[in-house]
Amino acid sequence: MDKKKTLLDFFAENKFIHTLLSIIIGFLVGAIFLAVMGISVSEAYGRLFQSVFSSVKSLSYCVVYATPYIATGLSVAFSFKTGVFNIGAEGQFVVGSMSACVVGILFGNLPSAVLIPLCFLAAAVAGALWGMIVGFLKTKWGINEVLSMIMFNWIAFYLSNYIAGIPAIHNEGTAEATRNISENARILLSQDTIKSLGLCPFSNWGIFLAIVMTVLVYFIIQKTVLGYELKAVGFNRSAAEYGGINVNRSILTALAISGALAGLGGALQLMGMGGRISVFSSQEGFGFAGIVVALIGVSNPLGVFIAGLFYGALTYGGSKLTLVGAPTQVVDIIVGTVVFFIAISCIFEYIKYLKRTPKAEAPPPIPDETPGKEADE
Amino acid sequence: MDAVINELGVIIYATLLYTTPLLFAALGSCFSEVSGVVNIGIEGMMTAGAFAGTVVAYFVGNPWIGFLCGGLAGMFFGMLHAVATVRLGADQTISGTAINMLAPGIAIMMAKALFNGSSDTVPLDPSKKIPVLFAGKFDTSTVWGTFLKNVVSNYAIIYLVFLAVIVVWFIFYKTRFGLRMRACGEHPQACETLGINVLRMRFLCVCISGFMAGLGGACMTMAITNQFRPISIVGQGFIAIAAVIFGKFRPQGAMLGCLLFGLCTGLKVVVGGSAATVQLVSMIPYIVTVIVLILFVGKSHVPSANGKPYIKSK
Repeated sequence: MDKKKTLLDFFAENKFIHTLLSIIIGFLVGAIFLAVMGISVSEAYGRLFQSVFSSVKSLSYCVVYATPYIATGLSVAFSFKTGVFNIGAEGQFVVGSMSACVVGILFGNLPSAVLIPLCFLAAAVAGALWGMIVGFLKTKWGINEVLSMIMFNWIAFYLSNYIAGIPAIHNEGTAEATRNISENARILLSQDTIKSLGLCPFSNWGIFLAIVMTVLVYFIIQKTVLGYELKAVGFNRSAAEYGGINVNRSILTALAISGALAGLGGALQLMGMGGRISVFSSQEGFGFAGIVVALIGVSNPLGVFIAGLFYGALTYGGSKLTLVGAPTQVVDIIVGTVVFFIAISCIFEYIKYLKRTPKAEAPPPIPDETPGKEADE
Repeated sequence: MDAVINELGVIIYATLLYTTPLLFAALGSCFSEVSGVVNIGIEGMMTAGAFAGTVVAYFVGNPWIGFLCGGLAGMFFGMLHAVATVRLGADQTISGTAINMLAPGIAIMMAKALFNGSSDTVPLDPSKKIPVLFAGKFDTSTVWGTFLKNVVSNYAIIYLVFLAVIVVWFIFYKTRFGLRMRACGEHPQACETLGINVLRMRFLCVCISGFMAGLGGACMTMAITNQFRPISIVGQGFIAIAAVIFGKFRPQGAMLGCLLFGLCTGLKVVVGGSAATVQLVSMIPYIVTVIVLILFVGKSHVPSANGKPYIKSK
């Protein structure tokens, strides 16, 4: 085992390298699809990068897009660290943004200094409660959390649509949406700042809150007794219980914190960008995007922050792809491939295993898995 | 009274119709989960099936070939999931999430390539849709005739899916294959010592789950609607997974779960009503599910080795 480190070892152990390689492969696979469709790869990718990096304005758009993704990414990453898979971030996001919206409309006369914290508080509490209900069902009746989260995602979805239709909240006009939240509840930068720096019109303070959340999550996981207990439960439930940790309380706490993060993400999206909530026809997917962001960021808070920016940039850049006739779905293919290759990054371990044990019963060869061939073609 | 019977018939019709795609996917999910592989990619596999089904039916003209190709497209992504999770020991949740992004992305992109930049496929003619059985066999001038027509005369896949439940139940509990499969999900090491090839078993089961999910997706676009749209499959895959957990990982239990969700979707479609009521009515299935879980089902036994990659020699 004290052999010199080979290149393979380097690849096998370095998660950052995995992610980087996965991203490169993701773009390659996306390029194959574009080429098959007869779209110029250089033109499409050129447009993608140009629409992200061309100006301060476009970069600020990416940051604005990224902010809620960072929040839901942190939510899911936090849940991963504590051994629960928070597939319910979607619902927590929705109740969070709806709570912030209701507060932002009904208490619109309060000054910003009071109203903004109040909105964030409402969102965090709503998200935390939504997460805790699931935790309660699990600890009290042993109900599978994945199942109840899927249920509560839909309950949140319809609840939000119902609230959006209540006369006190509903838009007076024809739009199927809520009223706009009070200007006092918006977290936009001042018009002067936006003009002088050449930022996009939706530029807001949200990204700073996202930074605070990132640091906070890192701190909770790494530096507190609570974080230690949650990780212990995530790592080995029985051992943690044997060690005197109250497992049920830990699960509830983990889901509450995770839910609060997702709920805050909802508030960030509303107060920074949307300003109102539409009646949804299908789930908006911020929570599901959070899963992807958490995975690309290998559940590390800083990684999630960067992954959130990456995802935000791709989403924004992808929305401009139609200008050159390329479908925006190429972004989904790129990101999907990235996540897939992160999933199989253990392939290096596998190759190492093959090399170390040449005479052992050889595991079957790795089948060719270019996602370029569709079964029905 | 007549109106009630009529309404009842329509509700049964809608329930059976909306249960079918869920049930195909849920039966597939049973295979994968019971053999020990979490397959959260069901949603993506359904989308692949929904797309491939209509496209093949549109170009070939035969609904059954389309339906089968829907299954095969789902199976392709099932194989991708199997390669990653079974052969390479990848994290099953991550791989599944990847498939949920990849499959719809590829499907919509191909739709745009094939249909001049439109993400919707061209609607199928009735002759290219899944055929309706016993059409025109009932005298709709009487109340009971209409009722029977609603209940009995429905798309062929509905008969197929309930037949599939029986077949899957038989495979699970009455065959050696089923016993081995279930054992792989509980204690793979013990299986290996008895000479069962755990990896091959799981690989096969994940492929089957992809195939069934693809069929479920095709039901959505070839019977309930007549074209593929990006919003054809929105959450049905997750509902199918929920139904499987609800049914304690048993095909017959999953059937009950799917019928419950199907009933609620059916009610929603039939009752309709004002916007606010629809939103509240739509919430009921999910709340009912949670209540049923608390009152009657309780803790469901997850296959012990579910979600854990099995690595030979370790």
